[in-house]
Amino acid sequence: MNEQTPRIHYLNVNYGVRSWLLTKDHKRIGLLYLAVISLMFVIGGVFALLVRLELLTPGPDLVTADNYNKLFTMHGIVMVFFFLIPSIPAVLGNFLLPIMIGARDLAFPRLNLLSWYVFMLGAAFTIYAMLTGGVDTGWTFYTPFSTTASNTNVIATALGIFINGFSSILTGLNFIVTVHKMRAPGMTWFRLPLFVWAHYATSLIMVLGTPVLAITIVLVALDRAFHFGFFDPAYGGDPVLFQHLFWFYSHPAVYIMILPAMGVISELIGCFSRKRIYGYTFIAGSSIAIALLGFLVWGHHMFISSQSIYASLIFSFLSFAVAIPSAVKVFNWTATLYKGSVSFRAPMLYALGFIGLFTIGGLTGLFLASIGVDVHVTDTYFVVAHFHYIMVGGAIMAYLGGLHYWWPKISGKLYPEAWARVAAVILFVGFNLTFFPQFVLGYIGMPRRYHVYPEEFQVLNVMSTAGASILGMGYLLPLLYLVWSLRYGSPATANPWGAFGLEWQTSSPPPPDNFDHAPRVEHEAYAYERLSLEEVKVGS
Amino acid sequence: MEASRTAAHQHQFDSAAQQYEASALGMWVFLVTEIMFFGGILTAYVVYRSLYPESFAHVSNHLSLPLGAFNTVVLIGSSLTMALAVHAGQLGRRLQIVVFLALTMLLGSVFLGIKAYEYHHKFVEGLVPGPLFTYEGADRGPAQMFMCLYFGLTGIHALHMVIGVGVLAVILAMAWRGRFSAAYSTPVEMSGLYWHFVDVVWIFLFPLLYLLGRTT
Repeated sequence: MNEQTPRIHYLNVNYGVRSWLLTKDHKRIGLLYLAVISLMFVIGGVFALLVRLELLTPGPDLVTADNYNKLFTMHGIVMVFFFLIPSIPAVLGNFLLPIMIGARDLAFPRLNLLSWYVFMLGAAFTIYAMLTGGVDTGWTFYTPFSTTASNTNVIATALGIFINGFSSILTGLNFIVTVHKMRAPGMTWFRLPLFVWAHYATSLIMVLGTPVLAITIVLVALDRAFHFGFFDPAYGGDPVLFQHLFWFYSHPAVYIMILPAMGVISELIGCFSRKRIYGYTFIAGSSIAIALLGFLVWGHHMFISSQSIYASLIFSFLSFAVAIPSAVKVFNWTATLYKGSVSFRAPMLYALGFIGLFTIGGLTGLFLASIGVDVHVTDTYFVVAHFHYIMVGGAIMAYLGGLHYWWPKISGKLYPEAWARVAAVILFVGFNLTFFPQFVLGYIGMPRRYHVYPEEFQVLNVMSTAGASILGMGYLLPLLYLVWSLRYGSPATANPWGAFGLEWQTSSPPPPDNFDHAPRVEHEAYAYERLSLEEVKVGS
Repeated sequence: MEASRTAAHQHQFDSAAQQYEASALGMWVFLVTEIMFFGGILTAYVVYRSLYPESFAHVSNHLSLPLGAFNTVVLIGSSLTMALAVHAGQLGRRLQIVVFLALTMLLGSVFLGIKAYEYHHKFVEGLVPGPLFTYEGADRGPAQMFMCLYFGLTGIHALHMVIGVGVLAVILAMAWRGRFSAAYSTPVEMSGLYWHFVDVVWIFLFPLLYLLGRTT
């Protein structure tokens, strides 16, 4: 392939706002998602910044109690529904999944574009709700507070999340059909990259879980707008039923965030260890196991919500069970490193950071799955620290690692390696400084969701806020140098990492139909020791 | 007509057969999401029914059995005409597709009309939950919960019917313009799957709301 001649690829095939807003190319839609979720990440980050600033001192200095409630609520809603859930699937998954299986596009390109517009509509509703006074229920919308007591914009926000859910469903549906029906000749199920397995498992959760959240939001809206009483004790309704329905989606939603992250990590570890990923079948199977078991653990959010102790015992046991496939992955990644020729390029630094932070987040999850310990730390900063280790330390580290790894493919440009390594280290340090003190705070009794606290908690809170400012700078760096590289970065070759995956065998950036010739697959993506790069080149 | 007989497929697919398989799988996955959607509110129904069995049985007497039964027959009839439309589509008989789709839409509209009449009646009787609820009795709370579930379940079902009639209108227009042939009638078939699904939901709702524990 001659890199000198101007080549038609998906970015220069046509120009103009119209060509982007009406595109049916999965790669461009991935970039549309990248733009909007980056904006949402900044909005959610500003809310987090204000929360941490308020908590710098024990007293109420910066905001009132009511405004503090709105800040952490909107931080949670924006980050969970409008950043984390779409992050890896809608950006990297959208871009890579068809290329990785050797397809020209997803099965339903128009639905894919529709999902982005649905997402935009949901985001617009939610931002409208924020601009007109915000919402203070917490991202969990617990009844009866959300249905009868709160006098903030519950319905507009809930409607935003309801609409947004359909974009998630459409993405999941598209991925499932694409993996089943669009694989290139020779791309058997057990030659699928682990990234694809992870996205398949994620899609199962999106398709099975999201509709339950949707109907739950409808019931809350009926209660609130028309004074129905689905969750109102005055009508014989049960507020705890809301919690059951909510967590039936929202616990698996955590796996919507972490499973694609695990898919990214599997790709990174294999490539930068130059070794076949250890236990491919087990990693693939554990993704499915997590997706299915993840639906059976929601009750561990309700150990103190009047749930029967026998139900709690079973939920506790199942929560321990779901740790097994997660641990299988961590052990297999570690085993892959063993005797590999590991290179510490920036994406690998993110991946190694992920393994450490996810392990801490996962193990503290077991603390919380133990009924006795959970009673002690429910609604404390211990829980806050735990899920930030999974969602931020896990999911966002993997998202950034993946974004760096595939950036040459996506943009056709190399990012500045030194800056990227610096950012990875800053993020790791800043993250731990922010959230590790919160484990301690929670364990010694600081409750979550209050804007004031006793003075003895201040030292740890100052550490956390200091860490948050480092973390904030860590996030700003990639934003700056990745945008910088679009213009000034050196051009990327088709395969800058010498990786074996199908996506590296097409040019960077890929042509509009992904491949110049339809590929015929003869090997899996991880035959690093067995074959040379020449040997894995696909025929057509 | 001749052009559509060659069964062109969209550029991301290799063949018309692959496109058909993808459409069918996509539709079934969509119906799974619908099952989960109705599953959420049906869970609420199961919980409250088991908490208040007597009240629910008692209040269900306020629903009109003749109207509910008639609507059930109407919907089953619409499933028949829908199946005939799909069959006509597979044979590429344009006029038959149009006629059977029109009949299906008509029966669907009859169902919605009767449903609207039933809603109106509940409104007059003061059985709409919320401030307008005038039912007096010791079990006022559970009675209102039953009506919440009645309006929630049948309302969401009716919304699906309205969407279904709208979809069929689009398919009918496509059929009228001769877009379907023996080689390609996927949209007729997929909208048929949706229509049957919505009918099946009613087959569950009718006994759960109208029949279970009824005394008259």
